[in-house]
Amino acid sequence: MNLESKIPEGPLAEKWSRHKFGLKLVNPANKRKYDVIVVGTGLAGASAAASLAELGYNVKAFCFQDSPRRAHSIAAQGGINAAKNYQNDGDSIFRLFYDTVKGGDYRAREGNVYRLAEVSVNIIDQCVAQGVPFAREYGGLLANRSFGGAQVSRTFYARGQTGQQLLLGAYSALSRQIANGKVKMYPRTEMLDVVVQDGKARGIVTRNLVTGKIESHAAHAVLLCTGGYGNVFYLSTNAMGSNVTAAWRAHKKGAFFGNPCFTQIHPTCIPVKGDYQSKLTLMSESLRNDGRVWVPKTKEDAEKIRKGQLKATDLKEEDRDYFLERRYPAFGNLVPRDVASRNAKNMCDEGRGVASTGLAVYLDFADAIKRDGQKTIEAKYGNLFEMYEKIVDDNPYETPMMIYPAVHYTMGGLWVDYNLMTSIPGLYALGEANFSDHGANRLGASALMQGLADGYFVIPYTLGDYLATIGPADKVSVDNPAFKEAEANVKHTIDRFLNTKGTKPVDTYHKELGHIMWEYCGMSRTAEGLAKAKKMIQALKADFWQNVRVVGENEEMNQALENAGRVADFIELGELMVDDALAREESCGGHFREEYQTPDGEALRNDAEFAYVAAWEYKGENKPEVLHKEELVFENVKLTQRSYK
Amino acid sequence: MKVNLKVWRQRNGNAQGKLVDYQLDNVSPDMSFLEMIDVLNGELTMKGEEMIAFDHDCREGICGMCSMYINGRAHGPQTGATTCQLHMRSFSDGDTIVVEPWRARAFPVIKDLMVDRSAFDRVVQAGGYVSVNTGSARDANETLIPRPIADEAMDAAQCIGCGACVAACKNASAMLFVAAKVSHLAVLPQGQAEASLRAEKMVAQMDAEGFGACSFTGACSVECPKSISLDHIARLNREYLGSKVTSQAI
Repeated sequence: MNLESKIPEGPLAEKWSRHKFGLKLVNPANKRKYDVIVVGTGLAGASAAASLAELGYNVKAFCFQDSPRRAHSIAAQGGINAAKNYQNDGDSIFRLFYDTVKGGDYRAREGNVYRLAEVSVNIIDQCVAQGVPFAREYGGLLANRSFGGAQVSRTFYARGQTGQQLLLGAYSALSRQIANGKVKMYPRTEMLDVVVQDGKARGIVTRNLVTGKIESHAAHAVLLCTGGYGNVFYLSTNAMGSNVTAAWRAHKKGAFFGNPCFTQIHPTCIPVKGDYQSKLTLMSESLRNDGRVWVPKTKEDAEKIRKGQLKATDLKEEDRDYFLERRYPAFGNLVPRDVASRNAKNMCDEGRGVASTGLAVYLDFADAIKRDGQKTIEAKYGNLFEMYEKIVDDNPYETPMMIYPAVHYTMGGLWVDYNLMTSIPGLYALGEANFSDHGANRLGASALMQGLADGYFVIPYTLGDYLATIGPADKVSVDNPAFKEAEANVKHTIDRFLNTKGTKPVDTYHKELGHIMWEYCGMSRTAEGLAKAKKMIQALKADFWQNVRVVGENEEMNQALENAGRVADFIELGELMVDDALAREESCGGHFREEYQTPDGEALRNDAEFAYVAAWEYKGENKPEVLHKEELVFENVKLTQRSYK
Repeated sequence: MKVNLKVWRQRNGNAQGKLVDYQLDNVSPDMSFLEMIDVLNGELTMKGEEMIAFDHDCREGICGMCSMYINGRAHGPQTGATTCQLHMRSFSDGDTIVVEPWRARAFPVIKDLMVDRSAFDRVVQAGGYVSVNTGSARDANETLIPRPIADEAMDAAQCIGCGACVAACKNASAMLFVAAKVSHLAVLPQGQAEASLRAEKMVAQMDAEGFGACSFTGACSVECPKSISLDHIARLNREYLGSKVTSQAI
């Protein structure tokens, strides 16, 4: 199998324009003859479904939530990047491109990233036209801030609710097309399989979560916009329902999985409290613009703080270690996420962590409040401070916040070419569900950008090329044996869950998997730990299928049953992540192998051997997956060791 | 701490429901309310009983999915918060806590604490948008929106569509929800062109869904997790009256 990225020839800045011109068009009168399935209605899915319906295609959109407005894109706080250079501070498409490739530690494709930067400016225009209430200056122009390690102010934001406002914009566009009859919406419906026949994606099999009915839907193309798989760690900032099932089942039908081990650990989350905990809450990293990160200089002070004998505010300036400012004078508290996270972990490993668990560092606003006044800080971060107080029961205006890294985003995902098509013709992956644009680490405020770029401005062009090539007649009915077989498999798996009648609830397995992943495939990894994790996951999988307990029936709302399917897929994915992390014998971005580091503890890449995308091919139940390599070519950026000193 | 729960159990939309008693002995005050229900569900599973069905997703107060009516209040005793943001420290050891679903004709129960809020989606589909196709936007800075206007739009736009306003209202009116969307788009220049038609269509759909009338008691705004102001209802009324002058007879 040859992995063809289909990156167009020509100079970087002209690749996308040339490519668009080369793509086949579907005649306006013919568009209504094509059916397209969109799974997931977050930023990527809602924007794609709305845009394709506007063009005239017949769209069926699916989400497992009760409404398309609830997708987890809604939780993104900080903002969305765009190379508008409204602030006249030296930003450009090329700079956004360069920052993104560098921030991703040189493990992303130049062509994809440049296109992302190029269409970023259109996204802001589109969202404003929809009525997204971005922050404004008094004169009425758009406000920007610098965010997550960027040295220019290119981030657009809507208070701390940017994701929500962008999603509501896309949701309103989608709602308009539902009203127009061009999109048929299926909420509370979960995709359980992709149907592949004659080498092409032909549709999907779904379960209606209210009635349990298993149904087939046929189409000319299927778009998976199903988000990331951070919940493989059980505790993450993802929503409870976020899952890998759609992507994983597509993978088992032949779609390659790209860079599964590339996960992002976000530095500023509220620390874990107890084993009942179900999720971790992110505090936007925009807080690092004004907050200063520190731990006590000595283990003794840290110990006293952990025991409650000393408070953070008792510690004098000279007894505090502002470790990010000390180690990275140029970027200070604004170093990229992977660097900030790893440093926080190191401090806690050294025994200088705070909170009763010892797994937290401070994020202190005292200086910012002294400098700008509490009112200014409140205007910038008011809702985040409130959220913190609600959860922790502590007032961050008076005592420093406590934060700790948590799993937040997955750069890995289904392998796609430049057209966003997976290795199955007719099956596409958009947004976080694909692997394509962030390399080994994603910069802040770039996830929203990518989701909307894929949905609004890439897929409407690239999908047309495929549809025009196959023609309207190339569609299979749901009566085809391929659909019947997929339905039977789905039903068989459901019966297996219900009939196992074991002793342990699904959540027990999910938590156990999460512990294994966090311990051995989290912020730092070793060959030895990964090998151990693999064995543990295999044992967990065997135990799961023998002892899981799912009460109730299929023909009703059954959340335990939904969850069982998702956890089963997470367990299999976990093993692949471990394989991928083991195979990548270098450190880059969010993937830190302890064996490969510079003398001062920074990630040590190996460009000669590992400047490739790892694309894994499923070979069958309990068989090792096969690794394919797509070499990354860098013609416009110079590969350097990232330095934020 | 120990808590006694009385939880609404209803097999499906057609079945009879009832309050069922449960007791939990090892509740940590730092647990969120939903984590407490998770623990209970774990115990039920071990006993071979079905879990309590409830809607939830982000668990950080933004998706609008969670929707429990706790001790007679939408989202429980805390103001400005969703059910998922409620922690057990808001209760005392030995408390009895009554948990019910949203109750409104337009929100039929699906199972236990889970209701069908698709009526909200249909109200938005009736006109809660600016009609602009992808690709036809002009440069974002060509539309000047002074900061106070942008702030006012944002105040309205932050509605999470949870339905607490409907649950809190004695008439099960959806006025605050509809007003938030109408107001958000009416104050912005982008939304002006369709402002009248939007108000008229969305109100017509709201009525068709079976939501009650607004008698302006303000309960909705008090229980709203995003504290959306009643001012927006005043703006909706103004927009609606204006629309009737030039009515397109929706």
